[in-house]
Amino acid sequence: MVRLADLTDGERDFLLGKLKELSGFDGRPWVTGPPINKRRVAIVTTAGIHRVGDRPFADGAAAADYRVIPGGVSAGDLVMSHLSSNFDRTGFQQDVNVVFPIDRLKEFAAEGVIGTAADFHYSFMGAAPPRSLEPKARQLSALLKKDRVDAALLTPV
Amino acid sequence: MGALGHYLEEEGVATTQISLVREHTEMMKPPRALWVPFILGRPFGVPNDATFQRRVLLAALRLLEAPSGPVLEDYLEEAPHPPDDEVEWFVCPVSFSRPPGEDGLAGALQNEIAELAPWHDLARIDRGRTTVALSGLTPEAAAKFVTNFIADPAMPSYREDLTPVLALRLVCQDLKAYYFEAVAAQPGVRAAFEAQTWFWHDTAAGKAFFKLREACLRSDDESVRRFGAKGVVPMAVTPRPAEQT
Repeated sequence: MVRLADLTDGERDFLLGKLKELSGFDGRPWVTGPPINKRRVAIVTTAGIHRVGDRPFADGAAAADYRVIPGGVSAGDLVMSHLSSNFDRTGFQQDVNVVFPIDRLKEFAAEGVIGTAADFHYSFMGAAPPRSLEPKARQLSALLKKDRVDAALLTPV
Repeated sequence: MGALGHYLEEEGVATTQISLVREHTEMMKPPRALWVPFILGRPFGVPNDATFQRRVLLAALRLLEAPSGPVLEDYLEEAPHPPDDEVEWFVCPVSFSRPPGEDGLAGALQNEIAELAPWHDLARIDRGRTTVALSGLTPEAAAKFVTNFIADPAMPSYREDLTPVLALRLVCQDLKAYYFEAVAAQPGVRAAFEAQTWFWHDTAAGKAFFKLREACLRSDDESVRRFGAKGVVPMAVTPRPAEQT
């Protein structure tokens, strides 16, 4: 479990050290919408996953790019090139849904729990500095709207 | 993660998110977040447990119906652990039958990869996939790249379109994935941390990665030194005295 008390000193200091990068998000945006059974949902992950043939995530400015994951992707096509070595990858190796719950989302769509699953989902790489994601995130919002998405499920790793 | 929540919501797209580090989410106050008590790397808790994953996903989606925010809710169901009396500790999950010869660590690494091959084949068949697909190299070639780099940190990338640091990172991730996928195919119930202990302290690959870290730190390339400092060995892994160079 990720409770700071359960981590090593190094891990805890690293995670707490990140807090200074995370201040200053003072806006409180709030978008309303219909019940979830009317929503079209896309997954946006920061797990650094992508299809096998896509460019792997890299350090530097390119770290803030995203990759497109078509809704029809099969689990066998997904790999992970996240920069960090400080999290468990064995779960993802066993089952992509523990990181990127695409099958669960499709089940919910088929059962009417949500309206529909989006045609496209997106992957960032979470080791990028948070503020470096802003241009691509704002660009992404237009793509989500084109896909008629009115709810984004954001998942870290 | 919280930054994306702010940016997308400001642009008119409603968001809900999983939070793995509650302190980060408390600081950023994204519109809607569900903190989950799972290990880093498993935001939906349990691999191959659709029922568990569905409960987490539904709890996150339901936050979209909250009347006002920001919302930070705790998901209190822990991921189940195998009972202690069912956990089978690693003793020697593969038979590394041939001792290292004159070729030392490089030979031992190739030996391990060969010994694990049937288990990795089984894992790939059982899962219908493998994540050992980043570098484009076979595990044997990836291992050779690592041991050659340890001997000569100035050696070039194996592919012109990959910088040395990216080549190293992809090779390392493929090698680790090969080991973890292979060992997970073996019989027995094990907790995730045990495979980590096995890899880092009981295999030639673990020894090679400790040496690779040292080699990276000797590189003239700053990005390679940064990778050596943070990217080769996880922070939680401390070399035992015999593993230190």
